[in-house]
Amino acid sequence: MAVKTLKIDDQLLSARGEETILEAAAASGIHIPTLCYLQGVASWGACRLCLIEVEGSSKLLPACVTPVAEGMVVQTQTERLNNYRRMIVELLFAEGNHICAVCVSNNHCELQDLAIEMGIDHVRFAYQFPDRSVDISHSQFGVDHNRCVLCTRCIRVCDEIEGAHTWDMAGRGRTSHVITDLNQPWGEATSCTSCGKCVNACPTGSIFRRGSTVAEMEHHRAQLEFISTARTKREWVQQ
Amino acid sequence: MTKLKLATVWLGGCSGCHMSFLDLDEWLFELAQQVDLVYSPFMDAKQYPQGVDVALVEGAVANTDHLEMIRKVRDRTHYLIAFGDCAITGNVTALRNVSATVEAVLQRSYIDVADLFPQLPAAEGIVPPLLDRVQPVHAIIPVDLYLPGCPPSASRIRFALEALLRGDRPQLEGHDLLKFG
Ligand code: SF4
Ligand code: SF4
Ligand code: SF4
Ligand code: FES
Repeated sequence: MAVKTLKIDDQLLSARGEETILEAAAASGIHIPTLCYLQGVASWGACRLCLIEVEGSSKLLPACVTPVAEGMVVQTQTERLNNYRRMIVELLFAEGNHICAVCVSNNHCELQDLAIEMGIDHVRFAYQFPDRSVDISHSQFGVDHNRCVLCTRCIRVCDEIEGAHTWDMAGRGRTSHVITDLNQPWGEATSCTSCGKCVNACPTGSIFRRGSTVAEMEHHRAQLEFISTARTKREWVQQ
Repeated sequence: MTKLKLATVWLGGCSGCHMSFLDLDEWLFELAQQVDLVYSPFMDAKQYPQGVDVALVEGAVANTDHLEMIRKVRDRTHYLIAFGDCAITGNVTALRNVSATVEAVLQRSYIDVADLFPQLPAAEGIVPPLLDRVQPVHAIIPVDLYLPGCPPSASRIRFALEALLRGDRPQLEGHDLLKFG
């Protein structure tokens, strides 16, 4: 497809026509915060952290699903955007039960990192303290819904890369939650191959390897990236 | 020059933030030359005094004593710091807010899992009743600075206090100075 020329944060750059603004920005070293985006699987546009301003559009657009266009002028770091991003992250903290001090993912968590990036020193919204469950019926993995940010990354890797489609989303609004198979305990979900891809895809401490204690759970993103790019890069053995 | 009047307050927390304060080690000597400690669990002062310049408040607001205390501290303090995650988010202290009523929490802690002498703590005027919901400090009164961490490291505490002693507002940024947990 034709090459498009556009401006992101006053930087003139060219991108392939099918690229998204997020990809074009990343290729030029421009950082846009993301949470639900995961390289190698379809983009979802769920979290809205990657919102950007495009000249001539009154709406804010999610960079991870917006294709580049010729002559586009994009701003990624305005005060308005940073305010919204900070608000989104604060709302995620208020909506679940995030006790970082006792979390398996403490120090290795994308939500925590986003809070640091946004300069969040406290949450202005009332904590909801929802009553959510933990499922440790699977022999190797567990899911703690208290820490789930509903990014659907687990759903997408399991469906698109592993081909099992064990995960899905159920409920609406504040009762939304991820389920395994037909809302069965994960350990009884017969479609699950125990491949661990969802464990590595989860940005938070929600999906974890059983037996990990505070701050021990690290997601192996490199392994996931290897699996999703192996064919295009023709790398058949992981380095 | 008059010294800065410093207080530290302990609400619903594990005292870990105060322990971390003690981890300031020899810098505490330097601090002692620049401030007057006027109220703290580290010293013997019964009443929270008037005219405090800076207060570090550890812990969430979990019972009626905390509620009374935090209002008094706000009234009498120029610059109030929410000190540590329990003060800022409710943290572990607020775990009980998830589904459990006060009665259920007490029943579970003092009766169901008690090995010896199951009994609810009760002594009017001595044991303060628990509030229905544990709240972070800023949900009750305005806060001037948030110093997160569970506990905030000694270097983070020092960074904030040094800025205040210079008369600057501490700029807490990045992993070392800002992270929850
Ligand atoms: S998932 Fe992340 S933000 Fe939530 S408690 Fe764990 S470390 Fe903190
Ligand atoms: S372990 Fe693999 S198959 Fe099982 S739910 Fe996770 S991604 Fe799907
Ligand atoms: S379990 Fe993890 S990967 Fe799945 S939706 Fe929740 S936060 Fe995202
Ligand atoms: S990263 Fe674009 S909407 Fe989540």
